Amino acid sequence: MLWDWNYTWEIMPVLLRASVVTVEATLLGFLLAAVLGLVLAILRMSKNNWVSIPTAGFIEFIRSTPVLIQIFFIYFVFPEFGVVLPAMTAGVLALGLHYGCYCSEVYRAGIECVPRGQWEASTALNLSPYVTFRDIIIPQAIPPIVPALGNYLVALFKETPLLSAIAVLELMQTAKILGSQSFRYVEPITLVGVFFLVMSLVAAAIIRQVEAWLNRTLRISGAER
Amino acid sequence: MTEPMVKFENVTKSYGALTVLDSLNLEVAPNEKVAIIGPSGSGKTTVLRMLMTLERINGGVIYVDGEPLTHMPRNGALVPADEKHLRRVRAKIGMVFQHFNLFPHMSALKNCMEAPIHVLGLPKKEAEQRAAELLDMVGLSDKKNHYPSQLSGGQQQRVAIARALAMRPKVMLFDEVTSALDPELVGEVLNVIRKLGAEHNLTMLMVTHQMGFAKEFADRVCFFYGGKIAEQGKPEEIFNAPKEERTRQFLSAVLEAG
Repeated sequence: MLWDWNYTWEIMPVLLRASVVTVEATLLGFLLAAVLGLVLAILRMSKNNWVSIPTAGFIEFIRSTPVLIQIFFIYFVFPEFGVVLPAMTAGVLALGLHYGCYCSEVYRAGIECVPRGQWEASTALNLSPYVTFRDIIIPQAIPPIVPALGNYLVALFKETPLLSAIAVLELMQTAKILGSQSFRYVEPITLVGVFFLVMSLVAAAIIRQVEAWLNRTLRISGAER
Repeated sequence: MTEPMVKFENVTKSYGALTVLDSLNLEVAPNEKVAIIGPSGSGKTTVLRMLMTLERINGGVIYVDGEPLTHMPRNGALVPADEKHLRRVRAKIGMVFQHFNLFPHMSALKNCMEAPIHVLGLPKKEAEQRAAELLDMVGLSDKKNHYPSQLSGGQQQRVAIARALAMRPKVMLFDEVTSALDPELVGEVLNVIRKLGAEHNLTMLMVTHQMGFAKEFADRVCFFYGGKIAEQGKPEEIFNAPKEERTRQFLSAVLEAG
């Protein structure tokens, strides 16, 4: 028989424990990406070319190289420079960095969509650049980009199996180990796939809720845009 | 003669090859109300935007309340102002925009509290009290918890006036503040401006298409044409006996359109 239910139930607890690692890596990675993305977006929009151009180059460089290479680089090459990181940290860092660069473009689009009049009103009221960003621009820039950021959250989540390449004990790595021990790959790999499917659908549903909630509470008016 | 509140000295503004303002000289006395009229593209809005530091100038100096705005003194000479200097002098100026530019994610009250708290450093309670008083003054005490999207254009513009006043400016700039309003809402905004003029010690510069209002309210009318002041004087002189042919043409065109 192709599918062994006994074996399935036997490995389930192990995979569930590993799924916690996957979720952790996703959330930490995305948190880093969300913060880093905003910082990069603001640096990139700087009027100072010495800031904006190198930032743009950095974003382009990271986006144009595979995340797997970045994971390897941080985990295997950084130690050459004296930076030794645990596999999980290196993996989260690489995912956060990679997706931070993608998110920065989303933030930039969101910020550019805020009408120019909002900046002008902020100047006329003499708000500092920091307060302008924090209180005026970002609250208006975020709600429209929640769906796009959510897509990257799901995309990052689905990329976490790459961390198995540096032996982080997340779902994929655990499934591979289980398979190599029992020579049964059908159940572990299928379960991993099902897990990703379910979690992605759940995440998408949550993002829709967040979107609706943001639109309600922030009351972005149609008339002003 | 008293020190002018606002002074443009040979101010030039151009976008590439296009000169928008050509060596503008203009002095506005404290408490004076100046209406700026003219055809579109004559540079009249640019005057206000330069004064609010929303546009950089390409030549000349703008003075506000006796000190340079666009420049700062250093070693006996004037050098272009840095951000710190701009922020300090800019605090004397408030502006109301054609399209209101209220913060859509904040209630009317919060719109009027944001800058007093974060720029003037007022305690929240005091800022809230002052914001409420100002909204009361513009006749919106019952709308203070409404968001801009829940207000009519006239109400939004009155909130915008209250928001600018909350910063206690000495100079108020009105940039075509009734142009985006439905005709029946123009009156309520003009009434607030009349009230301001009567009750507050404010220097006002307004770009307007409301000729009737300019005639009745302004101390002086400046007619802009092709980046220059083509003619200026008391409202009755400009509207009843314009000296320049271009002024006559403009006024007859505007009055014909109603």
